[in-house]
Amino acid sequence: MTGQTEQTGGQMTGAKMVVQALRDQGVDTVFGYPGGAVLPIYDELFQQNDIRHVLVRHEQGAIHAAEGYARSTGKPGVAIVTSGPGATNAVTGLTDALLDSIPIVVLSGQVPTFMIGSDAFQEADTVGITRPCTKHNWLVKETDRLGSTLHEAFHVATQGRPGPVLVDIPKDVQFATGSYGGKETRSTRYAPPVKGDAAAIEALARAMETARRPIFYTGGGVINSGPEASKLLRDLVEATGFPITSTLMGLGAYPASGEQWLGMLGMHGLYEANMAMHGCDLMICIGARFDDRITGRIDAFSPNSTRAHIDIDPSSLNKVIRTDIPIIGDVAEVLKELLGAWSARGRKTDREGLAQWQAQINEWRAKDCLAFRNSDKVIKPQYALQRLEALTKDRDRYITTEVGQHQMWAAQYLGFEAPNRWMTSGGLGTMGYGFPASVGVQMAHPDSLVINVAGEASWLMNMQEMGTAVQYRLPVKQFILNNERLGMVRQWQELLHGERYSQSWSEALPDFVKLAEAFGAKGIICKDPADLDDAIMEMLDHDGPVIFDCLVEKHENCFPMIPSGKAHNEMLMGEVSTAHAIEAGGAVLV
Amino acid sequence: MLNIKAGSTSHSAYNLRSVYSDVEERHTLAVIVENEPGVLARVIGLFSGRGYNIESLTVAEIDHTGHMSRITLVTSGTPQVIEQIKAQLGRIVPVHEVHDLTVEGATVERELALFKVRGEGEHRVEALRLADIFRANVVDSTLESFVFEITGTPEKIDAFADLMRPLGLIELARTGVAALSRGPDSRV
Ligand SMILES: Cc1ncc(C[n+]2csc(CCOP(=O)(O)OP(=O)(O)O)c2C)c(N)n1
Ligand SMILES: [Mg+2]
Repeated sequence: MTGQTEQTGGQMTGAKMVVQALRDQGVDTVFGYPGGAVLPIYDELFQQNDIRHVLVRHEQGAIHAAEGYARSTGKPGVAIVTSGPGATNAVTGLTDALLDSIPIVVLSGQVPTFMIGSDAFQEADTVGITRPCTKHNWLVKETDRLGSTLHEAFHVATQGRPGPVLVDIPKDVQFATGSYGGKETRSTRYAPPVKGDAAAIEALARAMETARRPIFYTGGGVINSGPEASKLLRDLVEATGFPITSTLMGLGAYPASGEQWLGMLGMHGLYEANMAMHGCDLMICIGARFDDRITGRIDAFSPNSTRAHIDIDPSSLNKVIRTDIPIIGDVAEVLKELLGAWSARGRKTDREGLAQWQAQINEWRAKDCLAFRNSDKVIKPQYALQRLEALTKDRDRYITTEVGQHQMWAAQYLGFEAPNRWMTSGGLGTMGYGFPASVGVQMAHPDSLVINVAGEASWLMNMQEMGTAVQYRLPVKQFILNNERLGMVRQWQELLHGERYSQSWSEALPDFVKLAEAFGAKGIICKDPADLDDAIMEMLDHDGPVIFDCLVEKHENCFPMIPSGKAHNEMLMGEVSTAHAIEAGGAVLV
Repeated sequence: MLNIKAGSTSHSAYNLRSVYSDVEERHTLAVIVENEPGVLARVIGLFSGRGYNIESLTVAEIDHTGHMSRITLVTSGTPQVIEQIKAQLGRIVPVHEVHDLTVEGATVERELALFKVRGEGEHRVEALRLADIFRANVVDSTLESFVFEITGTPEKIDAFADLMRPLGLIELARTGVAALSRGPDSRV
């Protein structure tokens, strides 16, 4: 750090305190947008060089960028927004981070304390509005309490189950002088348990010895727990030989090239993964939460299994699916204990049972559920992703996505070898997430390849961030699978609503090449499968942001698919007749 | 599978009760919270946002130096829902402790209510007589009205209200339930 940081304690203005607290937390990058209620903070940001401020083009972009930064680094992301509209624009991003357990700290300006409640210009009840979409939030009314609150905010965002927090700072609190005591001043009370219960861990180790059809079902919690958790998970999978599947959020914790890897499970998960979940006799859920996209019909979910559930959040246990062996704790801690307990008991498994189980899984695998009918006339979206995978998989690569069919295809056809390399909006399904997230990832990893796999409709939702990408020379690649449709909506309308395609067309689309050029970036269009490899290489070779308009088959559906209200073993496969596949009852589900 | 005795959840993060029953139960929870702005909104927002029932909720600061408040909450739901409610309450950052008084042992539950009863002649005499039986105090009186103060279980207050209604009950205020565990020990 530079000379400015020598003195961390003492008297200072609230605005200075904000910058100092960020420094003391080791923050190097913040994403934000100025306005009247945060001018004092921006004045302080102007007068220092330790913290880079990235000027986004919309506050929603700042929050998603902070999420991308956080998810790809394991550190909390930070964003600054002004009062009123600045804060309300942050709401979608906060909710997104809450549902996906992403640690971010958002600082919002507020009207001066003496004007709160008077419907002042750009006044909004920010802590009221964001209470249900943050893990916790604070309105700071005294400058003396600002420093400790900021440090508490970082602590709460990152400890236990991570999540978004917001600190609302009235303008007079930023101007006033108060005392700042450094990082140690936060109250230390918030301390969720990290160590699992030994008896429960022992019970799980015992169950692992006799299981004939076991499966690891892992989620984003493994990645949130840190690199050690992924390493331990790999050790455990290797040592036991149990097959492993993962949710959308957990991809990369176990390598896609690993021998035991079944692929993603859930609504658009792989046949072998879902069938194995349905047929297993021991399910070991690690850092996942039995989301409805995962379970399908609850009463038919994995009917014959004993379930163990490792999670740091007690409210995740028995929330939707009853658990036989609940273990509350941090994934890395618990996996270490579990490996220890199982090893101490002699590292036993039912080899004969496992061999039969593996044979069964191989049979399911042989179905080749991701097979699709390729074309030499039109680019199939699956083919585009297969080529993208082939041409980038050996690079230092980070992938973000938007939301829709392209997102599911990306999860199916791209392989992730390491954690923190895959950023997607899972819980909230936020169209417009991927582009700003790619900006945040590229800020954190300036020399890496960052690709946003997008749908044209989602991408338009936060396309203003082209300005940010160009301004900061961020070579983010916007790989748009352009089907000129709200493809996922169209697919549901085809399967559920009698092919009545209500409002699911992307009409009046921009010329993406010209759009890129208008922002001072590069645009590439590709419509012929024969040109695809060269076009992708051109994108990769360009040192700067690129919009890649990949015109793909417009009516492709994403399979496999477990329709809402169906069980894991009732998957629809590609090419099969889908008529009447979804009963009226399923149509009310989302 | 776990072989841990069913019963109290207060000293274990685990859910030790069977959560499989579909029968709705009524539970009284004691929630110890930091008395900071918005904490009640967080608790109430949790119940409304997740669709849980609140039958009664009372709150007051019980430790003025430590700024701690005690929320007494009566709720109902299946065992699974009750366990979720407790876990969700426990996630709120300023919540220090969540106690399910209903599973932790015997409790005393009390509610205070004020009744305004208006009437003359026979009705007035009968109201006074019943108030005496219910150990209600007269805290205000005019020639044509009484205000009774009564303390008891919610059921006792319901019963008193049923009796007072035909005798001229015109206004009623209730505090909601406050509850403590019986016996010499404190678990909170
Ligand atoms: C903000 C938001 N609005 C609406 C939706 C509902 N939705 C889910 S997918 C989808 C279509 C996405 O279209 P596109 O980005 O082109 O992706 P595709 O499915 O065509 O690959 C819509 C509208 C959503 N997820 N997020
Ligand atoms: Mg589309």
